[in-house]
Amino acid sequence: MARVGSTAPSEALICLRGVAKGYRRGSEDLHVLTDVNLDVESGEFVALMGPSGSGKSTLLNLIGGLDVPSAGTIRVAGDAITALSRARLTAWRARHVGFVFQMYNLIPVLSAFRNVELPLLLLPLSKAERRERVATALRVVGLADRMDHKPRELSGGQQQRVAIARAIVADPTFLLCDEPTGDLDRHSADEILEMLHHLVAEFGKTVLMVTHDPRAAARAQVTFHLDKGELS
Amino acid sequence: MALPLVYSIESLRARWRSSLVAVAGIAGSVAVFVAMLALARGFELALVSSGSPDNALVRRAGATSEMDSVIDVEELRVLQDAPEVARDARGPLVSGEIVVLVALPLRQAGTEANVMVRGVTARALDVHGGVRVAEGRMLTPGTAEVVVGRYARNSYAGLDLGASVRLGGTPFTIVGFLDAGGSAFDSEIWADEAVVGPAYQRPRGYYQSAAARLVARDALGALRERVASDPRMRHQVDRETEYYAKASQSMRGMILSLGALVAAVMGVGAVCGALNTLYSAVAERARELATIRALGFGGGAVVIAIVAESLLLAAAGGVLGALLAWPLDGLTTSTLNFQTFSHVAFAFRVTPDLLALGFGFALAMGAVGGLPPALRAVRVPVAVALRDL
Repeated sequence: MARVGSTAPSEALICLRGVAKGYRRGSEDLHVLTDVNLDVESGEFVALMGPSGSGKSTLLNLIGGLDVPSAGTIRVAGDAITALSRARLTAWRARHVGFVFQMYNLIPVLSAFRNVELPLLLLPLSKAERRERVATALRVVGLADRMDHKPRELSGGQQQRVAIARAIVADPTFLLCDEPTGDLDRHSADEILEMLHHLVAEFGKTVLMVTHDPRAAARAQVTFHLDKGELS
Repeated sequence: MALPLVYSIESLRARWRSSLVAVAGIAGSVAVFVAMLALARGFELALVSSGSPDNALVRRAGATSEMDSVIDVEELRVLQDAPEVARDARGPLVSGEIVVLVALPLRQAGTEANVMVRGVTARALDVHGGVRVAEGRMLTPGTAEVVVGRYARNSYAGLDLGASVRLGGTPFTIVGFLDAGGSAFDSEIWADEAVVGPAYQRPRGYYQSAAARLVARDALGALRERVASDPRMRHQVDRETEYYAKASQSMRGMILSLGALVAAVMGVGAVCGALNTLYSAVAERARELATIRALGFGGGAVVIAIVAESLLLAAAGGVLGALLAWPLDGLTTSTLNFQTFSHVAFAFRVTPDLLALGFGFALAMGAVGGLPPALRAVRVPVAVALRDL
């Protein structure tokens, strides 16, 4: 089960030890995260809560390889990602991380099919294999009949489902969801949360979700709180 | 791994208005660039095609053109007797010629411009194989008759068949028109040198240049050596085509320099247009570009996608610019030839290689306009770009 605060060696899927992140603004040092220790096992659905500016998104960015910590180590599936170069980190993200953003972040000029296909372009797959995988991912999120639609032709909830299809299509090691229901109405938000729950329960996916919403956090198996850069 | 080209195409389509403005800017630059090259090429071809690779042109040593050259009748005879010079049943194929500048009113502007009057001998048409009488007849030797090149006919007022033109105070009758295949001879008036020379107080027995048909193309070297080693001769021997190529160089260089300047100024404008389009495109798409990088595409893939957009704009502009320049092909214009100070008419020559150069110019503008915005797009760390949205 996921836990925080342990400094002992761990075989967890995601393992953070002594992670800190700071910025320098003018003459002032900002400590966004201090000494974060976190273990997340494979197949868990973990929620991260906390007030604005508590460092939730920063922590997600570090675990997702979008940013590097000022101190500490992050291991994912045995790989110390903190030791990777920027180029290798980019390649690592493509293989291991599926991102779901609050504003969906779909490419507006591309169809749902092409949006979902994007991560597959980084894998050695044939066109037919890509087509099959995209169709499967869109079927999982219930949008197989909307694959030729552009994002603007879809509702917010449907766009987020396309984003989830894009996040799972390359079968990544884990999903990182940054406020995935933050821009949705209650009904659509429930659908998305149900879908994430389904991915964990049925497909054994590992999900880390940042949220403000206690109802969203309630769907996770474990919820951690971040406050002033400290995880509890 | 690169992003699919459809991404670049669709991104351009999504901003079609600003894309069209950028395409129009590039097209204008390419059209001017190709037009200037076509102008220079046309001038060069007009002069170079005046010469024949089978002919040698003999001028006084050190003379820069026919205007400041002289060759007397004795020297001409040495040339006529040379074994390297071809002959037919009527004798050696050598044409001793004089040139005179005459001011005549231009048909359109009404102002006067210098036309070159060439005094020729009876062998002129045999030596200058590319020139033929297109209308009327060839002048009769020993009479005050002239034949007029087709560009001169169109450029100057009053040069009609049967009309009279005063040369050195003597009225000459126009009896025919020449077609010299677009060469500089098309801008000339030809008269009998024995008649037009005295009209301008030129001494008898003196020519300014001599064109000689060679027995073979490779006989030029032998003729040159013969002339150089003959103590009676102080002349230079050039292949006619090389002489005219050299004669076209200064004007061609001037046209090209001016063209390059205009094209460069317009090119800077077009590049600024492309830069503006792509900078705003990159700013508008900061979220999607950061997302693409978050998904695992490297900075190189994003740079390639944006430069591809720029190159697509440039390619469209290049094609449009070429289409704009294309109708100029064959359009005649005229200028002063600083080598001879005579008015020479010539046609724009829009050739495939010039169009290819124009297209290359467009792509270069595209690359220059696309790279800085592309680099800006990937300079910001992904986490920062995503956070700033």
